[in-house]
Amino acid sequence: MTDETSLFEREPDQVRRIHGGFFHAIPHARELGLEVLDMGAGWGLLKIPYRADLVGNPQTGVLHGGVLTSLIDSACGLAVFCRLPRMEAIATLDLRIDYLKPATIGEDLFARAECYRLTRQIAFVRSVAYQRDPQQPVATSVATFMRSSASSVRAPRPPEKA
Amino acid sequence: MELQQLIQTAREQGDLSGLMGHIPYARLIGMDMRLDEAGQPLFVLPYQSKNIGNTALPALHGGVIGGFLENSAIVHLMWNRDAVEMPKTIDFSLDYLRSGRAIDCYARCEVTRQGRRIAHVTASCWQQDPAQPVAVARVHFLLT
Repeated sequence: MTDETSLFEREPDQVRRIHGGFFHAIPHARELGLEVLDMGAGWGLLKIPYRADLVGNPQTGVLHGGVLTSLIDSACGLAVFCRLPRMEAIATLDLRIDYLKPATIGEDLFARAECYRLTRQIAFVRSVAYQRDPQQPVATSVATFMRSSASSVRAPRPPEKA
Repeated sequence: MELQQLIQTAREQGDLSGLMGHIPYARLIGMDMRLDEAGQPLFVLPYQSKNIGNTALPALHGGVIGGFLENSAIVHLMWNRDAVEMPKTIDFSLDYLRSGRAIDCYARCEVTRQGRRIAHVTASCWQQDPAQPVAVARVHFLLT
């Protein structure tokens, strides 16, 4: 368990500056129209505006699950970045999404994610995706991420005395 | 034409080209499919730069790999089923095993169990070697 305070708590403006426009630099995030709306210590809020070319079922006009996966994966990643004590690379280990109800056609999609535990090597995240009302989620999700910085790896044990 | 009808037609004619063009999201990520030697769908995600999630490595976006596998599972199930409705995803679980490099991806699926109301489908995505998957997924579908 690490008890280091997050970079966000120490330097909120710096983190906002880095991650506020961070997703514009990611080709696929740009492709989906992903927007960072807000963030705090260990959490992030993202949005994908409704678009006809993001639809999964042409008969119903409902957004494809893959759009939701990208949104949630990105929101979870942002939450972890806002919880880490310093900038470091992370990788998604796994992601589980429960589809609670079909998304309403024509409405934008939001995801709020929270990193609720950070260990030396792993970040645990949960996320809720919704449209107009955060109390009426379309999906909930849990994810784990692997940290990659050298400092997150346990130092080797000193050799035992003879 | 409805997707299920399109699949029916494609199945009868043995021609899957163009099927993905009817799913807007599949078109967006550039996904395609064909039949393998066993007559089962093999899904293909040709590399395109707009699917990149990490420009430094570079690596494909995890969401693209997830969407590719989820869509593969849906179409695979529809291909192997005669029902008219599109299955509804109940939950989707995705394990990332390696980063997806900036090259083509492939996916194969398997219907592990199909009951009256629920189907369980697994999907695996790889790039150069099926024995070295980039990600594996499993999906529960509601059929009714």
